[in-house]
Amino acid sequence: MDTAKEPKKRGAVSVEEPLIEIRDLLMRRSGRDVLQVDALNLRRGEILAVVGPNGGGKSTLLLALAHLLRPARGVIRFEGKPLEDWNALEYRRRISFVFQSPLLLDMTVEQNVELGLRFRGIPKEERRARVHPWLKALGIESLAQRRAAQLSGGEAQRVSLARAFVLDPELLLLDEPFAALDPPTRARLLEDMSQILKADHKTAVFVTHNLDEAAKLSHRVAVVAEGRFQQAGTAHEIKTHPAGKAVQVFLKELSQ
Amino acid sequence: MLFNSEIFQITALSLQVSTIATGISLLIGLPFGTWLALGDFRGRSFLLSIINTGMALPPVVVGLVVTMMLWRSGPLGNLRLIYTPAAIIIAQTIIAVPVVTGLTAAAIESLDPRLTQQLLGLGASRLQMVWYVWREARLPLLAALMAGFGAVISEVGASMMVGGNIKGQTRVLTTAIVLETSKGEFDAALALSALLLVLTYLINLALTWIQQKSRKREEPSAWKSR
Repeated sequence: MDTAKEPKKRGAVSVEEPLIEIRDLLMRRSGRDVLQVDALNLRRGEILAVVGPNGGGKSTLLLALAHLLRPARGVIRFEGKPLEDWNALEYRRRISFVFQSPLLLDMTVEQNVELGLRFRGIPKEERRARVHPWLKALGIESLAQRRAAQLSGGEAQRVSLARAFVLDPELLLLDEPFAALDPPTRARLLEDMSQILKADHKTAVFVTHNLDEAAKLSHRVAVVAEGRFQQAGTAHEIKTHPAGKAVQVFLKELSQ
Repeated sequence: MLFNSEIFQITALSLQVSTIATGISLLIGLPFGTWLALGDFRGRSFLLSIINTGMALPPVVVGLVVTMMLWRSGPLGNLRLIYTPAAIIIAQTIIAVPVVTGLTAAAIESLDPRLTQQLLGLGASRLQMVWYVWREARLPLLAALMAGFGAVISEVGASMMVGGNIKGQTRVLTTAIVLETSKGEFDAALALSALLLVLTYLINLALTWIQQKSRKREEPSAWKSR
């Protein structure tokens, strides 16, 4: 997708420096501790899958990474600088967020996909030029002029993904983007996504409660359960060497 | 008996006063209702309950309070606004603001709560986020506007008290109807009532038309699909 582009200036930054560093993080929602992460890093170009049971704190992690929820304690650094020192808008314009439900606006598919570009004040011709390849890549080209309300669930989720990808974000946050889809649609979309993510060397955090999906899409898997980051590694490592009781319980639930 | 020129003048004043009052209440109620719906602060539910109570504010009570404020010896007496169209606008605005605010808050709360996070997550500024939230809620927001206008154009108690129903100055359709009825001039009262109904109908028809027009585009159009 990006092959024709000039080499990215991102490469100029020290390769060793993690894009995201989480230290001693505590997230609290309505007075309750919902997530603790002692230490977790994310390198550029890495795809991290976050797995765990529902209600375990996975989505909270994404909201914190998107600077949409403030930590009660601890710090998240982006390019070495704590999120609270970033201008929230400036930071959010370098990332992109895809929710479990597509949350499309009442406009055409094309207008939905170019929304983030519009927010950034990009002129119409450039918006069109950037949107088109992504409509094609996600197989929704023929739907460009369709109203969002007329789409099927799978089509809508493709639009939602195109809307995030078109921004060429430095960090992509995906909150169970396939959870609401039927299995065949899910499998096809997973295949397409996996190709796009890997071909484009995207940095992404991808939340799911499906370990196979996580293995297919990511370089590394992090388990979040019982409001705590438990362990990170390959899917195989996690299956063979679960780091604690909470991970064992989660694996057991998966196998049932 | 009423003359045509007088009826025209009364109708024009009614429309003018109620349109301005609705306009002002939109300027106040739209941002206020949005803030109430999207905000996350202590006392939000309490404020919302106050606003919802305010939606049923009796016009005579508003009329009484505004009259006392504007009365020559009252705190705002120096402004010499009592028995002027401006006084009616003030009273009607107070009646319409809770209606527009409450229905705006309800309209926005009916949207998916994650929509604001999604917009911010795509890089929207606060203002851009609010603009697109309004755009998504435009149909119920239009209903809020219609309800606000409906509340003030048909209201009589406050207009009577703060305006004084002065011929050629502060007489509006509703106060004229009260006067004609009290005189036993039922024909005139009926004619004015019919006029009020037709006017209200025409304005709501226009707004409904706009509402339906934007709704129609959402329906699946089979002939368009390939």
